[in-house]
Amino acid sequence: MAAVTAGSGAGSGPAGSPEATGGSAGSGGWRRPHGPLQRYYGPSTAEAAEAAPDPTDINGPHFDPEAFMTKVRSECPLGQLLAREAALGREIRALDSDMQTLLYENYNKFISATDTIRKMKVDFRHMEAEMDDLAANMAAISASSARVSAALQDRHRRSAQLAGVQALLRKLQALVEVPGRLRCWAETEPARALRCHTRARAILRHYRHLPSFRAIEDESHAIMADLAQRLRTRLRCETLDPKELTECVEMLLQLEEPAEELSEEFLSQAGARLEAELATLEAELPAADPSGTATTPPPPASDILDFVDRGSSAFVGTLCQLAGSYRALFGEDTGRLEPFASALATRYFALLERRLELERGLGDTSLLVRALDRFHRRLRALLELLPAGADAAAALVARAARERVDRYLRALQTFFLGCLGDVRQALAAPRPPGKEGPGLPDLLAKLATSVLGQLKAVLAYVQLFTARDVAFASLPYFKGEFCVTAVREGLVVAFVRWLCRTARGFADGPAERGAPAAPPALLLLLARLCLDYENSTIGYILTLTDEQFPPQDSGPAVTPGPALCAEARAAAQRLLDHYVQVQGAAVAQMLRKSVETRDWLGTVEPRNVRAVMKRVVEDITAIDVQVGQLFEEGVRRAQSSDSSRRAFSVYSSSRAPGRYAPSYTPSAPMDTHLLSNIQKLFSERIDIFSPVEFNKVSVLTGIIKISLKTLLECVRLRTLGRFGLQQVQVDGHYLQLYLWRFASDERVVQGLLDEVAASAAHRCLDPVPMEHSVVELICERG
Amino acid sequence: ARALTPQTAETDAIRFLVGTQSLRYDNQIHIIDFDDENNIINKNVLLHQVGEIWHISTSPADKGVLATCYNKTSDTKVMTCAAVWRMPKELESGSHESPDDSSSNTQTLELLCHLDNTAHGNMACVMWEPMGDGKKIISLADNNILLWDLEESSAKAVLSSSAALEGKGQLKFTSGRWSPHHNCTQIATANDTTVRGWDTRSMRQIYCIENAHGQLVRDLDFNPNKQYYLASCGDDCKVKFWDTRNVTEPVKTLEEHSHWVWNVRYNHSHDQLILTGSSDSRVILSNMVSISSEPFGHMVDDDELSDQEDQHQEEKIKEPLQDSVIATYEEHEDSVYAVEWSSADPWLFASLSYDGRLVINRVPRALKYHILL
Repeated sequence: MAAVTAGSGAGSGPAGSPEATGGSAGSGGWRRPHGPLQRYYGPSTAEAAEAAPDPTDINGPHFDPEAFMTKVRSECPLGQLLAREAALGREIRALDSDMQTLLYENYNKFISATDTIRKMKVDFRHMEAEMDDLAANMAAISASSARVSAALQDRHRRSAQLAGVQALLRKLQALVEVPGRLRCWAETEPARALRCHTRARAILRHYRHLPSFRAIEDESHAIMADLAQRLRTRLRCETLDPKELTECVEMLLQLEEPAEELSEEFLSQAGARLEAELATLEAELPAADPSGTATTPPPPASDILDFVDRGSSAFVGTLCQLAGSYRALFGEDTGRLEPFASALATRYFALLERRLELERGLGDTSLLVRALDRFHRRLRALLELLPAGADAAAALVARAARERVDRYLRALQTFFLGCLGDVRQALAAPRPPGKEGPGLPDLLAKLATSVLGQLKAVLAYVQLFTARDVAFASLPYFKGEFCVTAVREGLVVAFVRWLCRTARGFADGPAERGAPAAPPALLLLLARLCLDYENSTIGYILTLTDEQFPPQDSGPAVTPGPALCAEARAAAQRLLDHYVQVQGAAVAQMLRKSVETRDWLGTVEPRNVRAVMKRVVEDITAIDVQVGQLFEEGVRRAQSSDSSRRAFSVYSSSRAPGRYAPSYTPSAPMDTHLLSNIQKLFSERIDIFSPVEFNKVSVLTGIIKISLKTLLECVRLRTLGRFGLQQVQVDGHYLQLYLWRFASDERVVQGLLDEVAASAAHRCLDPVPMEHSVVELICERG
Repeated sequence: ARALTPQTAETDAIRFLVGTQSLRYDNQIHIIDFDDENNIINKNVLLHQVGEIWHISTSPADKGVLATCYNKTSDTKVMTCAAVWRMPKELESGSHESPDDSSSNTQTLELLCHLDNTAHGNMACVMWEPMGDGKKIISLADNNILLWDLEESSAKAVLSSSAALEGKGQLKFTSGRWSPHHNCTQIATANDTTVRGWDTRSMRQIYCIENAHGQLVRDLDFNPNKQYYLASCGDDCKVKFWDTRNVTEPVKTLEEHSHWVWNVRYNHSHDQLILTGSSDSRVILSNMVSISSEPFGHMVDDDELSDQEDQHQEEKIKEPLQDSVIATYEEHEDSVYAVEWSSADPWLFASLSYDGRLVINRVPRALKYHILL
């Protein structure tokens, strides 16, 4: 057993390892013993942990031969024991041979490795020697290269220097050529010369300490000075167009001429040019006549549009161009330019204004508007430069527009006066018998339509000022103030006002101071006209105006339509009142004269109505016709026509005796009046010169009242005889007969005639009234 | 009745003379006394038998002397004459008899002298020299101005000078006034639509306002305190105020009446008060502050002693005094032909209408104090 143990202990053969009996028995030779070997030398910890102490595993690291033996002995029967022993022996042997193979193989390898190392040792030693050689060679090379380069360096430097010198020389040559070139170009192409000089100048300045350079510089300077001089002379004497001028000045600036001086020169040159243009414009204007307007200025040679056109294209264009170049040349500092430009612009404005003044006549407004428009448009460019000019220009345009509107107002007024004159003439013209002249309504219609037409035409003209395509129409002035102040107030309202005033003037003015009074028919006509204005025309005109010239909300206060209407109505009222007064006075005068000149004491018994009464009735009938042409009938107090006759007979037969009665009774004189006083208490007070209404009846009532009251007062101043009284009676009856139908209230006529009769009776020495039937007879016969 | 005058020489009692117009009865002159304190009217009647009275005026010097223009009517002719009369002594200074007595035993005027007008035509009015001694009168007869000297205590009238207005047509003076200014050497007359001024020394025309009114000029009056100012009224219903140095334009025009204005009178002491009577039966009292002699709107001198506040208030009140109509009196039923201020009481006036009604009115009390204070 010991052998076994020793065998297994001192490198026992492979037969001894029981595990080989398992799986590895059938596998190939070299891998199988590898595993156990590997396991032996370096068992992995995992394996060790896993293979917990199994002392019986012969291949395990914790193999305990004792325990194994014990276990085998105790467990296995003999046969198995023998078999195991044989297997173990086999295994040990196998293991031994493996070990021997391995050993052999490894030894061979070691030997070859040792050989290789030995060989390497020898090689390295050789190589070291070669390396040393190499180093030595390299050192030699570098030394020789340094030698070569040292030899070449000097040459290189020299060649570089030569190249520099050549460049310099070339430059110098250019410099030297500068004066010549300058001279050559200065004649023909000053701009090029200038460019050349600019390039050369810096260098020349830099090397000016060198005499030769200085000579060049001086020369070129001289040339340039010469050039500058020439430019200057050119600037001074020649008339340059603005572009040339600008170029010229630009060059001079580049020549470092003093900017101040130049700008002055520039401005003076430009000024001269602009002056010339202004002078051309001015030449077109007739010379201002200091002696006043003794001679009417000849009509301007060209129309205003042409004038403005030329003015703006020539003057404004040039001015703009010059101002632009000034800015470009002398920077944004416009301190000098502004007064210059504004002075010129002011002169231009003045010229334009003078030209505008020549547009006295109404001419063609569209032309004017276009001219102003063009002016304004052209000026806009300039205005950016001259903010102050903007106001002036706007003011100029506005003034022109305003002027034109004023002129239209005057023209309208003249037109209206002309129309009135025509109407007067038509009224005054003697009418051939049988042929009626134009009726009042025709005249009125003609007057009204022509005036309205004219007004409309004027509005249309004025509207041109605010047309959309006109540039200045967008100015705030034209949007707001012009519409309201100038057109609505200044033109329309002023015209209506003036019309009312003029109409009133006919009523107020001439009557008392002996001036030729307006014919009554004219008064009537104007009254109607004013009334029509009040009723419709003013409203129409204002609406039209507001449509054409929309007023702005925040604009100045406008005269409201109703105020104008009230004015027109007042004028109409005044005229109609005046008409009544004039006509009344005419009739009254007739009556007064007839009463005053008659000898009432010595008259004979009345046989006829006095002629003057017939005349009165005729006149009043004529007035009735006249008024009827223009005014409505009006209301009269309702009374049928025959009632008046009855009323009159009542008056004559019953009342008259009643009133005369007290005269006969021998009572105190006061009693005479008592009755009439009592009567008056019950009748209304009659205002004689009271305002009338706008209708025919009212007008005629007014006239009749005035006439009859006059008759009354005149009779009271006379002393009558018996027949005088009777004549008054007849006249009164006659008047009553024919006048009642004209009056609105026949009781007024009746009352006044009653009073006339009563007064006549009172003033009569021998009051014996005529038989009423006789009175009627006479009247009917007359 | 058309004739009305204050008793000019009387300065204590309020007395008016009214002449009647009647063709068929004896005409009378009524002496109206107004007792202001008791508001009683006392009437004395004097007979004036020669004819109806168209104009009456009283001597500024002698209470008892008056002049009338009257119509003498014969069968075929009417002639207007003028005469100077003296009323009975006991009526001169007013009597306190009961009205019944006076009406029962009417007394007669004593004729002093006739103003002989046979050569000159109808007398329109008689004017006494204002401020004078009652020796000089001027009468207007048709187109003549006659200046008379009354001699031998008014018993005899001698025509001292005269002037005639020449022109085409029948010119006739309608009225006239004697200016109290310039030593009483000016008069103003009205004929038709023209107002003329005359110098009584040379009897020449010194100014002429052509077409002073649109129609007949009915009456005139001089501003008693402003020497060149003249008021006129006429048939065009207007009252106009003139500066006689500038006759082309009236200074002011009033248009308040609705018919002819027959009479215009300045208040004797407060010349802003203007009284007008018209045949529209109205009497209108106007306040023409702007053309009066009163300083406009204030009287500081009087208030200098009173404290400032009072003065302020005072001025505030005075401020609104404007030219205006103060009052319109409509008591009359017929045309008013005459208005007169009382010579004794500057706040009292009378108006007379065709039907014989005489109305005495006072200036409204408020206005009176306004003017006075």
